[in-house]
Amino acid sequence: MSDAVPDQIYFEDIEVGDSIPELEKSPTSQQLVQWAAGSGDFYQIHYDTSYAQDTGLDDIIVHGALKHAFLGELLWRFAGPEGQVKRVQCSYRGMDPAAQGRESAQEKKFTLRGTVTRKYTEGERNIVELNIEGVRADGSVSTPGNGVVVLPSRG
Amino acid sequence: MADQEFESVVTDEMKALIGVKGEETVSELTTTSVRMFARSVGYVDPAFYDEAVARERGFRSLPAPPGYLGTPIFNPAESDATFGGRRGGGGFRSPYPLVLNGGTDIEYTGEQICAGDTLTSATALASLQERWSGALGVPMLIQVSETTYTNQHGQVVAVSRGTGISYPAPSG
Repeated sequence: MSDAVPDQIYFEDIEVGDSIPELEKSPTSQQLVQWAAGSGDFYQIHYDTSYAQDTGLDDIIVHGALKHAFLGELLWRFAGPEGQVKRVQCSYRGMDPAAQGRESAQEKKFTLRGTVTRKYTEGERNIVELNIEGVRADGSVSTPGNGVVVLPSRG
Repeated sequence: MADQEFESVVTDEMKALIGVKGEETVSELTTTSVRMFARSVGYVDPAFYDEAVARERGFRSLPAPPGYLGTPIFNPAESDATFGGRRGGGGFRSPYPLVLNGGTDIEYTGEQICAGDTLTSATALASLQERWSGALGVPMLIQVSETTYTNQHGQVVAVSRGTGISYPAPSG
């Protein structure tokens, strides 16, 4: 498991082109049920295999908004305890399955990545823009997007 | 196939809904709802679970994880069983039956959002676009809805934009 609270990173330490620490998830049917309760989205295609198959899907799929929240966690960890998440944007370009039964969650690994695209100061705020993405176990990107965080200065 | 011709389903009545805010929804954040949301994403940061840690970090109470903008207050007897209490794009209904979630964009103003807050939100249809889907072989209607969230002090805390893609059942 990763550190509960990552070390603080500062605006001066960031360069355009830097990759930020990755976050690895392995969504299971259990997590999708927890998310349904946490978010209030009880659409059955996310926890009921027969229902999902009746709508033409192969199996249950991860909620789009959960993938958005994973990207939010990626940015929360990058911004650190003194930073702030300003914006989380993503597109849902494809469905992502969740691990069920005795299936290894590793096979349904979903990795969140980010790269710094721009850094600038606006008033007293140090702003960092990033490309962010959710990547499937086979390396394909299902959830591309953009993020903005505010970082503290060593100043 | 990008230039495939198809008949527009967008009417003047639909266009007239652009920018018109729908009914307000009131959502609340509690320590329990923040903990539930954080747990469901998989956060291990104690700031979401322990109020003393949250206060040491400068928050009024447990902070809302990115993506959490409160739980709507609603009566299940008068609400949808699947998405309880959440309202759609300012009264807009697509003429197409099938819907995909196209994307989510949440921008925060920087005001803290914490347990104990009550957020009032209203959604307006922001844009309607029609495009031919080469992959599905059908026209698609792409709708963007914009929701503004205001806290109990009248401060705007976030604006979210949701993209919905609707389309007719592909034939054959």
